[in-house]
Amino acid sequence: MLEPHWFRWVRRVGLTFLTVFAMVPVYVMVTSALKPLPDVQDGFRWWPSRVTFQPFVDIWDTVPLADYFVNSLIVSTAATVCSVTIAVFAAYTISRHSFRGRRVFSVTVLSTQMFPGILFLLPLFLLFVNIGNATGVELYGSRLGLIVTYLTFSLPFAIWMLVGYFDSIPRDLDEAALVDGNGPIGALLRVVVPAASPGIVAVAVYAFMTAWGEVLFASVMTDESTRTLAVGLQGYSTQNNVYWNQVMAASLVVSVPVVAGFLFLQRYLVAGLTAGAVK
Amino acid sequence: MASTTIPEAPAENGTPGPGRARRARPRGRPKLSRAALPYILLAPAILLELLVHIIPMIVGIVMSFLKLTQFHIRHWTSAPGAGFDNYRLAVDFDGPIGRQLLDSFWVTVMFTVLVVGISWFLGMAGAILMQGAFRGRGILRALFLVPYALPVYTGVITFGFMFQRDTGLVNHVLVDQLHLMSDRPFWLIGGNSFWAMVVTAVWRTWPFAFLCLMAALQNIPRDVYEAAALDGAGVWQQIRRITLPMAAPVNRVVVLVLFLWTFNDFNTPYVLFGKSAPEEADLISIHIYQNSFVTWNFGTGSAMSVLLLLFLMAVTAVYLAFVRRKEKSDA
Repeated sequence: MLEPHWFRWVRRVGLTFLTVFAMVPVYVMVTSALKPLPDVQDGFRWWPSRVTFQPFVDIWDTVPLADYFVNSLIVSTAATVCSVTIAVFAAYTISRHSFRGRRVFSVTVLSTQMFPGILFLLPLFLLFVNIGNATGVELYGSRLGLIVTYLTFSLPFAIWMLVGYFDSIPRDLDEAALVDGNGPIGALLRVVVPAASPGIVAVAVYAFMTAWGEVLFASVMTDESTRTLAVGLQGYSTQNNVYWNQVMAASLVVSVPVVAGFLFLQRYLVAGLTAGAVK
Repeated sequence: MASTTIPEAPAENGTPGPGRARRARPRGRPKLSRAALPYILLAPAILLELLVHIIPMIVGIVMSFLKLTQFHIRHWTSAPGAGFDNYRLAVDFDGPIGRQLLDSFWVTVMFTVLVVGISWFLGMAGAILMQGAFRGRGILRALFLVPYALPVYTGVITFGFMFQRDTGLVNHVLVDQLHLMSDRPFWLIGGNSFWAMVVTAVWRTWPFAFLCLMAALQNIPRDVYEAAALDGAGVWQQIRRITLPMAAPVNRVVVLVLFLWTFNDFNTPYVLFGKSAPEEADLISIHIYQNSFVTWNFGTGSAMSVLLLLFLMAVTAVYLAFVRRKEKSDA
């Protein structure tokens, strides 16, 4: 856009507003995590009266945060790996093969995105309980159940985005690999996957964030031993005395890995969205 | 190819192109395995979608026709049938359950309109203002995306802290610093809770709109603007005649996705208010959750979920039909 001088002022004002709006909660999170308890209990103040790192020590004792952390890490990592692997095969098939039911599959998978989570929460809960009773495979209350659930949450978007990516890779590449004596799987793994790696990274980031941040199913499908951070963090604020400095410290500790990963890899996600949505 | 709605996207290469014809050449492999390969590769995705989405949805529909309370939950298949009783209960707006459901529905509609509208506006404004090269652009973009990157619950918990009556930032600024009010208002109970929830939801929703729209605006060639400027179009004209129309395909997808996410939003009220939200902020998801898990009335809860799904499907269908017609008339 070619802009006159006054537009620069509009830009400054507009972007300042958006920055303040986006950053105030982050500022509150960071400064409150560094405050001693009286500072957060006796009314809000912009600056800590003195900076302390004690909340970052205490958070691990007030609730079993380390256990929640490990649970979230296991669940999110496993869900991401499975989701990306399955999505790569499915997207490759949709991109490169014509088969009966192709359109039905695409439409069905994408429309699951619009189902309200609450609709299949109850049935899934019952289904998992019944599968457990019938086969002995504990899905309810176990990490496995959460992994299976979460990976299907990111699957539709992952497939959709990867189809866009695979479509942009010339077919001549897999043709060449096939001529070189690879099977279709070999062509996929040796040629298509490396060429689509930015898209795959973006999808992995998305899948991890989805699993790491999910609250609804985590609140019903976990028990004390499998509780994830999404539910566990509320342990600080449901007690009579709310240690807000610890809540903020724990939030910060929980957020830093995902936010850092996201910001580091965001240009892949932007590129992936561009390939998928802006064709 | 300028316009794509979500369900159409993967189907676009369904038309046989030259590459497809070449690939169809037999390669000396048995015919059966070539025909079966797509299904084998898709099998994991299909099985998991069936397990987590499709079968539970069917079960949910079945459950909505059962008298399913805590007495039958262990052996839910043997629960007595209820016919349309659950639905009758849910849409009987004179009875307490139907009345509350209707209230919750209107709260959700208001919430969705406000959150989607404001988030779209902020996202679009941000995307437009971020066009062109200036110093600090990359850093700003990263900052704007932080609310989206933060795990939902940490962002919402922080807002919960900011909205505390006695120790929160909001009252500190409004009452102590700006002296706009004499009494410290409550933000997490009563009528104010709705606005607290809207602000929180907008905060974590607008970066997604921003991300998509910025990607869309980057694809608009610079010379289009240059030509328009030569013809005497001002900034506002350029936004109206070039930016908005050329971003329209992405807009359509973004608005639909934002609508579905916001209408189904469970996380914001759940983390902000706990298991029972105040009446004024009782979004439909949390309402159904409470009806099902707190009062153990799974049959009625399922009927409400099915009604919610039907509503969302109807809105989506109307929206897509509207978009198609508009695309045709534009073309």
